[in-house]
Amino acid sequence: MADVTRGELNYVAPAEVEDVELYHPKSWITKYVFSQDAKVIAIQYSLTAIAIGMVALVLSWLMRLQLGFPDFFSFIDPADYYQFITMHGMIMVIYLLTALFLGGFGNYFIPLMVGARDMVFPYVNMLSYWIYLLAVLVLASSFFTEGGPTGAGWTLYPPQAILSGTPGQETGIILMMVSLMLFIVGFTMGGLNYVVTVLQARTRGMTMMRLPLTVWGIFTATVLALLAFPALLVACVMMTFDKLLGTSFFMPALVELGEQLSYGGGSPLLFQHLFWFFGHPEVYIVALPAFGIVSDLIAVHARRNIFGYRMMVWAIVAIGGLSFIVWAHHMYVSGMNPWFGYFFATTTLIIAVPTALKVYNWVLTLWKGNIHLTLPMLFAIGFIITFVNGGITGLFLGNVSVDVPLSDTMFVVAHFHMVMGVAPILVIFGAIYHWYPKITGRMLNEGMGQFHFWVTFLGSYAIYFPMHYLGFIGVPRRYFEIGETNFIPESAQTLNATITVIALVVGFAQLVFLFNLVWSYFKGKKADGNPWHATTLEWQTSETPPGHGNFGKELPIVYRWAYDYSVPGAIQDYLPQNMPNDVAFPKATKKKRKARAKA
Amino acid sequence: MGVAIILIILIVGSVVFHFVSPWWWTPIASNWGGMDDTIILTFWITGTVNVAIVLFMAYCLIRYRHKEGRKAAYEPENTKLEWALTIVTSIGVAAMLAPGLLVWHDFIEVPEEATEVEVMGQQWQWGFRFPGKDGLMGTTDARFITPENPFGLNPEDPNGQDDVLVEADDLHLPTGAPLKFLLRSIDVLHDFYVPEFRAKMDMVPGMVTYFWLTPIRNGTFDILCAELCGVGHHIMRGVVVVEGPDDFQTWLDEQSTFAQSQASLKTAPPSASRLTSNEGDSGSIETR
Repeated sequence: MADVTRGELNYVAPAEVEDVELYHPKSWITKYVFSQDAKVIAIQYSLTAIAIGMVALVLSWLMRLQLGFPDFFSFIDPADYYQFITMHGMIMVIYLLTALFLGGFGNYFIPLMVGARDMVFPYVNMLSYWIYLLAVLVLASSFFTEGGPTGAGWTLYPPQAILSGTPGQETGIILMMVSLMLFIVGFTMGGLNYVVTVLQARTRGMTMMRLPLTVWGIFTATVLALLAFPALLVACVMMTFDKLLGTSFFMPALVELGEQLSYGGGSPLLFQHLFWFFGHPEVYIVALPAFGIVSDLIAVHARRNIFGYRMMVWAIVAIGGLSFIVWAHHMYVSGMNPWFGYFFATTTLIIAVPTALKVYNWVLTLWKGNIHLTLPMLFAIGFIITFVNGGITGLFLGNVSVDVPLSDTMFVVAHFHMVMGVAPILVIFGAIYHWYPKITGRMLNEGMGQFHFWVTFLGSYAIYFPMHYLGFIGVPRRYFEIGETNFIPESAQTLNATITVIALVVGFAQLVFLFNLVWSYFKGKKADGNPWHATTLEWQTSETPPGHGNFGKELPIVYRWAYDYSVPGAIQDYLPQNMPNDVAFPKATKKKRKARAKA
Repeated sequence: MGVAIILIILIVGSVVFHFVSPWWWTPIASNWGGMDDTIILTFWITGTVNVAIVLFMAYCLIRYRHKEGRKAAYEPENTKLEWALTIVTSIGVAAMLAPGLLVWHDFIEVPEEATEVEVMGQQWQWGFRFPGKDGLMGTTDARFITPENPFGLNPEDPNGQDDVLVEADDLHLPTGAPLKFLLRSIDVLHDFYVPEFRAKMDMVPGMVTYFWLTPIRNGTFDILCAELCGVGHHIMRGVVVVEGPDDFQTWLDEQSTFAQSQASLKTAPPSASRLTSNEGDSGSIETR
């Protein structure tokens, strides 16, 4: 078939945007603190996200200590435990993964990859970070306020979220609501930047179908975020009103620990619909950037075009669209109208098809490739393995009647950790090893990286794969301890203890990674501007790290798609997107000239 | 090469783990074997795909690893292959979805002959109610709940008078006949989960949810709460005893009804004993 993604400029050039008038910082504060440069903002997002993510990681160690050795750690009581699981979940999903993929990777790489000097609304972009930071600080403050943070579960279901049987009633739940509302405001500001920059600020020759998949993934995820977060926002506002003003959006008539409360007429299910209408797209907001990034990692390090680029783009968009009509698969046993079960099971299993196609295409990119087992490639391989495993268990849970016995068991916990906690995190690591030389001019240390990869990949697999089987027994999730039962064997507790030990070892490996990040900044092997020989525009900048304005005096012009690796007849094994065709194909150009002369 | 070997060990180890694992589902005690069967089918289809993908990846890592002089193929897409994969995947997905939806259809259509039993959840204990001799459940509302009327039965509703109430104690059920579980909560979300039954459903304050099942074997099973309900979530436990219909009826006759509980409250201090008869008049009054 004809190659539609490379060729002469025989189409209507995109509307030329006048070179954006950038704000040029003059002081140290406007250069590194209140910066409007998307690259600085990206680093700020990333460091903040990693910092709060470390808090969530430590919480997970505490949770595992309790689960693995229930009678031993008496300083952890049930209230503490439920606070730990709530904050661990909320921080990881929203404040780490979403912030890091969109605010971190999005800010750094969207302008560079589309050939723009910066985001289109730089001042608003800067504001978006400071609001995100405020949201993080408000959330973190709940550890220190009266009653501690909320222990309502990251899903924050009413009525229990605002009633006295759940920890955090004094201040924690309100601080959580305020923090989420701030986060959503900040991410709307950032999100508008990412979307409009991709649509309007692409450089000459960069059509949508020449964009690297990293951009497609982050772009689609941002569209999802802009449409889905409002549902969470209104749910938070309504829950706050129920708590502070005594309204009954979500609160039916109820008797709390012997006392008749003055609520009435509200629906707990309404919250669940609102939450999951946001919550399901949210998991794709985390997954789609990972999909896009891993496609680029595989292509670069296998020296091969991503297999089926058009289908990959179609799949990202289809998954994004479908993600809005599957939400109630989180509610199969919620008591909602059972007829919804038919609809949502069908849409959920349909969304498996484009997802599976992406997996096939990643693997087919390795096929007939020229595979370099670099650290980014290893993490990409780890992603495929864990994502396939985690995605497949989604097929169990998405099938409504199969979900009935498995819902609210450790099977669900194993599923979402594997598919959202392990797979995308492996992509984040791979992406950091891949782009660290562009951001800092140095390579990350290989030895520490190998240790980090093998311990994290094999360890995470060993944690979550057996955990599914605890769910098959029927061990429920969100239990402080299993306690006495008729049916759970002693060996299950041994398994819990083993998982805890492995989790602590994997946790230690992350500390090695953090050390590597800092150590390599000062002592890492110096890298040139394009150590992996990649084609995308961020590697073609004249300065490393890229200077303010990204591309120096002249914006690049793009002549081809992002995946011209190992092209037959080309001058080298990779063709940068901004390399003109007569340079890339010196011999072919002569033939074309002759052919054109004849025609 | 080493990476490929590790991947092969990983996937083979996973398959072996599956077959030797002592951690498998609890022997079923209800008619919902269809859920188990659909799980097995899903395992076969998805497991095959999982193994195939990982082994193919391992093959690629061996065959196509970088060597001096190797050049990757340049093939932007292969529409035929991609369509073939789409169709095969869709068939696999449909093969899993169809039985799942059939089981779901059975799950939500309650048989006409099912008798009702209510499970009432509160922080952090279970209560149970049977319709009594008239076969009808009295209406309830959270607003009627008092320490004397913990189930919140409407005192004006005649159907509720003979409802049998079991509070914070074992639930007994008869084998062999379909039962419709009516589920409600008086405070927060709970979920009535007995792993051997497979069926479960959330209990939502302000509404009545349901599921149905037929117990197929006698036994004593744990009740676990399966929806986070506050700090006592993990200790909201109970026991359900499934027994032959005659033993069940004996047990049921020993429980007190709503009418009896109200009567004993009117005439005696809170520690009144249970009356064993539920015929008409309140019989003799025992005090302690």
